[in-house]
Amino acid sequence: MTVQTISTQTIPVHDGATIHPGWVRIGHWINAIAMIVMIGSGWQIYNASPLFDFTFPRGITLGEWLGGALLWHFAAMWLLVVNGIVYVTLGLVTGRFRRKLLPIYPSDVLHDVGAAFTGKLSHDNISVYNSVQKLLYAGVLLAGAVAVFSGLSIWKPVQFQELTALFGGYDFARYVHFAAMACIVGFLVVHVTLAILVPTTIKAMVVGK
Amino acid sequence: MKKRLIIPGVDQKLLIKDAAKLLPNPSRRLFLRGAASLGALTILTGCDIVDEDSAENVLRYVSTFNDRVQAAIFQPQKLAPVYPESMVTKPFPFNAYYSEDEAPEIDGESYKLEVAGLVDNKKSWTLPELYALPQERQITRHICVEGWSAIGDWTGTRLSDFLKRVGADLTAKYVYFICKEGYSNTIDMPTALHPQTLMVFKFGNEILPRRYGYPACRPSSATRTPSTLSPWR
Repeated sequence: MTVQTISTQTIPVHDGATIHPGWVRIGHWINAIAMIVMIGSGWQIYNASPLFDFTFPRGITLGEWLGGALLWHFAAMWLLVVNGIVYVTLGLVTGRFRRKLLPIYPSDVLHDVGAAFTGKLSHDNISVYNSVQKLLYAGVLLAGAVAVFSGLSIWKPVQFQELTALFGGYDFARYVHFAAMACIVGFLVVHVTLAILVPTTIKAMVVGK
Repeated sequence: MKKRLIIPGVDQKLLIKDAAKLLPNPSRRLFLRGAASLGALTILTGCDIVDEDSAENVLRYVSTFNDRVQAAIFQPQKLAPVYPESMVTKPFPFNAYYSEDEAPEIDGESYKLEVAGLVDNKKSWTLPELYALPQERQITRHICVEGWSAIGDWTGTRLSDFLKRVGADLTAKYVYFICKEGYSNTIDMPTALHPQTLMVFKFGNEILPRRYGYPACRPSSATRTPSTLSPWR
C-alpha cells in the first residue's frame, strides 16, 4: 500500500511554453513607462496645490514645475490610455483575464497571504497566479480605470461634468484621483519588490518564458 | 490704467500666471530637468533615454495635438454648473505671483480699456461706459490650473456681447488680454464667446475689490481648466 501525499500539487515547473504572449509583455512595459511618467508628473502637479499636509520631494517628480509637469501628464496620458485600451481589450477577448485572474476567493487570498508571510508560497510555476497575485492584478486594473476616469473628470470638469458629478464633484474627484494613484503606487512597491525576489518573473515578462 | 484688448492670431503662451511663482528660472529648459526622475530607467538601459531636444519637441507636438482635441471636445452651448449664493467660497482665494498688497492700484477716474486688433471700433472704454453695459450675475466654480477650486459670485457683461459690440472679428483665433500687473494671457475664441465668460465688474454684488482685479476682470471660470482670472487693469 502506498501513501500518497496530496499536500503538494505536482505542477510542471517549466514546460517551455510561453507564459506571457507578446502583447502582454509589450503592453506591460509600455504601461510601466507611461505609469512612471504619469505618477512623477502627477506628483509635481499635486505640489502646486497639495491636498494634504505634504508635498512630494522635487527630486522624485517630473517636469520641473507645474507647466512642464502638465505637458508630461497630458502627453503620457495618451500612451497610458491607448495602451490600456488595447491591453484590456485583448485581455478580455483572448480570455486571459478570466483564465489568469478569476476566480478570486477571499478564503484563498487569506490562505495565500498567510503562506506568503511564512515563506510557504510556491513560486515553482509562475504561469499560475496565486490568489494574492490575482487580487492585486485585478485590483490594479481597477485602480488604473478609476485613475483614468477621475482624471478625465478633473481635466474637463465642464465638458464631462456628468462624470465629474459621478466622482462627487471636482474637489472630491481630486481625492479620488489621488487615492487611485496611491493604490497604484502601493501595488508598484509590492509588485517590484516581489519581482526582484523572484527574478524568473522578470525574465518571463521580458522574453516570455 | 491702460489696458488693451487685442485680437490677433497670437500664439498662446505656455507660461501661466499661477505657475509663474513656482518657476525656478525662466531661462532654463523648463520641462525636462525633472526627467532625471527617469534615472532608474536610464540606469537599466544604460543610455540617456531622455534627449532634451527630442523630448521637448515631442511634448510640444502632443501639446498642439491636445489643443485640437480640446477644441473638438468643447461644446459651445454646454453650460458649467451654477450654484446657490450660499455656496460661494468665502473668502474667495487671492492667488497671484505677487502678494495681495502688491496688486496694482488703479484710478477708476482715469481708467481706460483699450481695444485693438481685428476690431471695427477701436475706441477706448471708460469705467462708466463699461458699467453701463448690460450685466448678469453668474455663480460658477472657478477651477485653477494649480488644482484648487472655489465658487465665485460674478457680475459683469458677457465677453461675447462686448466683442460683438466692438465689431470684433469672431473668426479670429484668440483674444489677448494685456493687464496692468504685466500678466498677459490669451483665450481662444470659442471660450471667449461662451455665455459664461464674463467681463466682471462686481464680485458678490460689490464693486470688484483691488485684490480681485479692480476695475474689471475676466474669469473664464465656466469652461476652462486652466481657467484664469486675469484682471483687466
